[in-house]
Amino acid sequence: MLCQNCQKRIANVHVTKVINGEKFEMYLCEKCANESAYSNFGAPFDMSNFFSGLFGFENPVKYVTAATEETRCPMCGMSYSDFMHIGKMGCAKCYEVFGPRLQPVFRKLHGAQEHVGKYPRRMFAGKNASREIQRLKELLNQAIEREDYEKAAEIRDMIRKLEVE
Amino acid sequence: MSAWYYERGPESDVVISSRVRLARNLKDYPFPHRMSRQQEAEVVGIVRDSILNNSKSGMEFTFINMNEISPLDRQAMVEKHLISPEMTESGSFRGLLLSSDEKVSIMINEEDHLRIQCLYPGLNLAEAWQLCNSMDDLLEQKVEYAFDERYGYLTCCPTNAGTGIRASVMLHLPALIMTGYIKNVLEVCAKIGIAVRGLYGEHSEATGNMFQLSNQVTMGQSEQDIVESITGIATQVIEQERMLRKELYRQNPIKIEDTIYRSLGVFSNARIISSEESLKLLSDIRLGVEMGIIKDITIEKLNEIMLKIQPANLQKVCNRQLTPEERDVQRAELIRKLLTT
Ligand SMILES: [Zn+2]
Ligand SMILES: [Zn+2]
Repeated sequence: MLCQNCQKRIANVHVTKVINGEKFEMYLCEKCANESAYSNFGAPFDMSNFFSGLFGFENPVKYVTAATEETRCPMCGMSYSDFMHIGKMGCAKCYEVFGPRLQPVFRKLHGAQEHVGKYPRRMFAGKNASREIQRLKELLNQAIEREDYEKAAEIRDMIRKLEVE
Repeated sequence: MSAWYYERGPESDVVISSRVRLARNLKDYPFPHRMSRQQEAEVVGIVRDSILNNSKSGMEFTFINMNEISPLDRQAMVEKHLISPEMTESGSFRGLLLSSDEKVSIMINEEDHLRIQCLYPGLNLAEAWQLCNSMDDLLEQKVEYAFDERYGYLTCCPTNAGTGIRASVMLHLPALIMTGYIKNVLEVCAKIGIAVRGLYGEHSEATGNMFQLSNQVTMGQSEQDIVESITGIATQVIEQERMLRKELYRQNPIKIEDTIYRSLGVFSNARIISSEESLKLLSDIRLGVEMGIIKDITIEKLNEIMLKIQPANLQKVCNRQLTPEERDVQRAELIRKLLTT
């Protein structure tokens, strides 16, 4: 068979890589396999690029196989390596497509991987209110604990108002 | 119409302004850097109409097509912090919705489809966030945002994803700088993930002893928590600055007064003055006003002067293009005029 990377030379090297827990097998020619081995040391990434540096993955090996570089966002056509170069996503769909690979990016940037905060009100009617009620209930307990009954009554009114809505 | 800088805000002896901005994108369009001309125009139209045809805001908005105004007008808006420098780049179809009091500006097709920004005088992130929040709700009635339950609001750059919020406070910190204690503030801020920048944003040096504190993290914390933590840090910095001012004055009142009055003397009598020198002198005069040493000049007046003597705004006041040499002469003249009115 032909090399899965260049599609030109005969594949005589069998390469196995684990990407996000999934095993990928590739058949490469000697030249591509050597380049891929070389790339394990980080070469395919433009390391002078600010964003690559910023996002510096623990294990770049996971992201350099030809197979993953081909993955493109169906909505905007961005590839993951495009993202690595400019540090920008192309569209909302990109987050879905590249999502699993973004985990270390988010962890590095925010120390978190999940949104805590506002939900679009119309899209998630009710969800914001229930989160706000949850927050107020915590404040209510705190107020009661420090015997600030005036504040507690105030918070209780706010909760009632939200529950009615 | 009264712009924010004509108002006095809380803690105005140290804080110039508070700003909250939200990054938002529309679900059905690629992010601005991957949009066609046609799509750019569509997004501008959708956002413009959803604000202009909405009476619920209780505010009056003007729509500005960024390509239809002069580079000078664009630059003047950057100097007033109404838009980001990115908005002045031509080549894309960008729009701006500006409230009549200049407190709210909605940038269309900046790095994200929408940047909703609210600017308040003094330390007032809570109100700025509330206003941003309600503008956001208003828009969301008409458009569908790019949002994911896990990642939150989806933004062009992952550094903004989640809440998409940037809460920032502009502080005047002459005493912390004079004493060198600013180093401790910078160190602490770096440790807890708070960005510190100069007067004109991202990469600018501190000018006129002005520093901007803002959050870096946008995911894993609620908007409320972020606003509260920046307010909390700012409050501590304000306390330290006040304490140091008092201490400096206690140690050598005549020296402080001498510095302040010398600067006022040069500022109000110069016939040629650069932007840089003006900002330096303004900082001393501001300190004098903030400490109650100078009594016949208000903070609001200093805010007005600070904005109007910037290169683009100065040329707008003079109503013509000026060479840098002409600018320094006109600036000195404008300062004298503003100080006596
Ligand atoms: Zn090959
Ligand atoms: Zn995409």
